[in-house]
Amino acid sequence: MTCRELTAFIADYLSGDLPPDSKIEFERHLDVCPNCVTYLDGYQDTVRLGRHACDDDDAPVPDTVPEALIEAVLSARSKPSQA
Amino acid sequence: MQSDTHDRPTGTLDETTLVAALKAGDDAAFETLVRTSSHRLLAVARRFARTEEDAQDIVQTAYMNAFRALEKFEGQSQLSTWLHRIVVNTALMKLRSQRTKPEESIETLLPTFKTDGHHAERFRDWSVPADALVQQAETRATVRACIAQLPEAYRSVLLLRDIEERSTRDVADALGLTPAAVKTRLHRARQALSTLLRRRYAADGVTAQDGVTSAGGAASNS
Repeated sequence: MTCRELTAFIADYLSGDLPPDSKIEFERHLDVCPNCVTYLDGYQDTVRLGRHACDDDDAPVPDTVPEALIEAVLSARSKPSQA
Repeated sequence: MQSDTHDRPTGTLDETTLVAALKAGDDAAFETLVRTSSHRLLAVARRFARTEEDAQDIVQTAYMNAFRALEKFEGQSQLSTWLHRIVVNTALMKLRSQRTKPEESIETLLPTFKTDGHHAERFRDWSVPADALVQQAETRATVRACIAQLPEAYRSVLLLRDIEERSTRDVADALGLTPAAVKTRLHRARQALSTLLRRRYAADGVTAQDGVTSAGGAASNS
């Protein structure tokens, strides 16, 4: 397995979807290729950081919503759309 | 988890009372709902939208969709969670309608390889203690800024799979893609995000790989 092939298989490897034979080849490559180990570590860190990027209270919630938007929503509701 | 962010009460009224008032067509209840929930919905819409105008358009359409569907709201989830889902679905509809635009290239953010299949770059550990940094607002802001730099077709898949935690099938249906295409885009989006984060956290974290190590050479034959 080459670095290119390993890189293509990373998502399946992490989700447990890699066939057993490919998984063995994948891990065999990691045993001898520190560059791919570093790349894989970075990929895993990326997934972890990405998953938590928006699960906080400091997410960019606007303090105020434009009044025009609120008025537009409320006025659109009051229009006779029931017809 | 996402639920932490949108399980907040929608207003000072208790939710059952608010929902009953909404279903009864109470104007004040609608205003309460919009004034107490719109800031969070706008924040979600901005993650998906390319422009502020699009984000506000998504929010407005989402409220209209929600108002029409209120009769079907049975209280099995929080009202805020229900609205969150509607705004995401509305954003997806808008993304699908805009898909005629040419896709931006992501190639410059993907790893490159030599003809023999080796990485063309040597990677260095970012030295990011991810678990610790996840707790830091600054880190989360940096990650969000990097996500915002991804081409739209990839950003939307990453947002839906890794942040909204939608299934591959769900995302495929929503975006009009095959499940295989969703998986490919997610992988590429993560790779591109990884490149952006590496550049951010290890400014010199990637070096040209002239004479990369013998370990890599051995691996190619394994």
